[in-house]
Amino acid sequence: MEKIKQIEREQLRLDIPDFFPGDTVKVYVRIREGEKERIQVFQGVVISKRKGTTNASFIVRKVSYGIGVERVFPLHSPSISRIEVVTHGRVRRSKIYYLRNLRGKAARIKERRRD
Amino acid sequence: MSNGILGKKLGMTGLFSHEGHYLPVTVVEAGPCIVTQIKTMVNDGYNALQLGFGDKKKTRVNKPLQGHYLKSGEKQFVVLREFRIDNPDDYQVGQEITLDIFNVGEKIEVSGISKGRGFSGVIKRHGFHRGPKTHGSRNYRRPGSIGNSAWPAKVIKGKKMPGQYGNTRTTVRNLEIVDIRPEENLILLKGAVPGPPSGTIEIKKPKF
Repeated sequence: MEKIKQIEREQLRLDIPDFFPGDTVKVYVRIREGEKERIQVFQGVVISKRKGTTNASFIVRKVSYGIGVERVFPLHSPSISRIEVVTHGRVRRSKIYYLRNLRGKAARIKERRRD
Repeated sequence: MSNGILGKKLGMTGLFSHEGHYLPVTVVEAGPCIVTQIKTMVNDGYNALQLGFGDKKKTRVNKPLQGHYLKSGEKQFVVLREFRIDNPDDYQVGQEITLDIFNVGEKIEVSGISKGRGFSGVIKRHGFHRGPKTHGSRNYRRPGSIGNSAWPAKVIKGKKMPGQYGNTRTTVRNLEIVDIRPEENLILLKGAVPGPPSGTIEIKKPKF
């Protein structure tokens, strides 16, 4: 068991910043097109974080041209170049799926002041 | 070198490949194995290596086995298994066999004793469908009809029925080696391997 944990620990990325559900983040995703590699930014609200060692993931939601788009990212995936926290949001629950049913002004999240 | 090695399943986890894919991985602690006996065409009618794996206290081993282990050194083993070879002259009793015989990316075969599931019904054992749960049905998990009356007027041999499931020797083929860590005697295989964690496992090169 200890050896498996050791293998998992090697996989974890320590360069990922702390962020929580409700935060707005920019995820820089590496995209490979044939030989070339470029980086695409996906900006949106984190609506869920799933725990786990190598299996941890998070969901980012954004509204693109009026259509809600959600992407699930493995937290420790090497295809994530980096993550940038844009704003900290103040929410009361850890899974803010209610955001899916809201649109426009109602879908705003209050900013959390960091002391 | 020997075409197989013995190991202990440690459990499963997941790893990211270089392309960013998430691979399901079984971690196996394999080797070092000691050659305890060499079977030859002249003496035994076939060529094989007998390998020992796993440490055991000497007081837990009976006298005949102690005598057998004495030929290969001081170590006492938990399991002994044979692996067929072509040239028995290349080996000596007491020789150590490690994970060096495998390469990363190679396809291998893995054998072990599968998890015992006891006396199981046809749904778990053979993947039959379930009957309706409602509308007066009493046929929830039953096998259904097992034959006809006038002809053949008997149950055909090999009919899938409830019975003992698991706890048999099972082989999984074409598992890919994801990584080898010789200093820790660990080998990482893509996919699942028969048996529970801590179960004994044979890792072999494929015959063809």
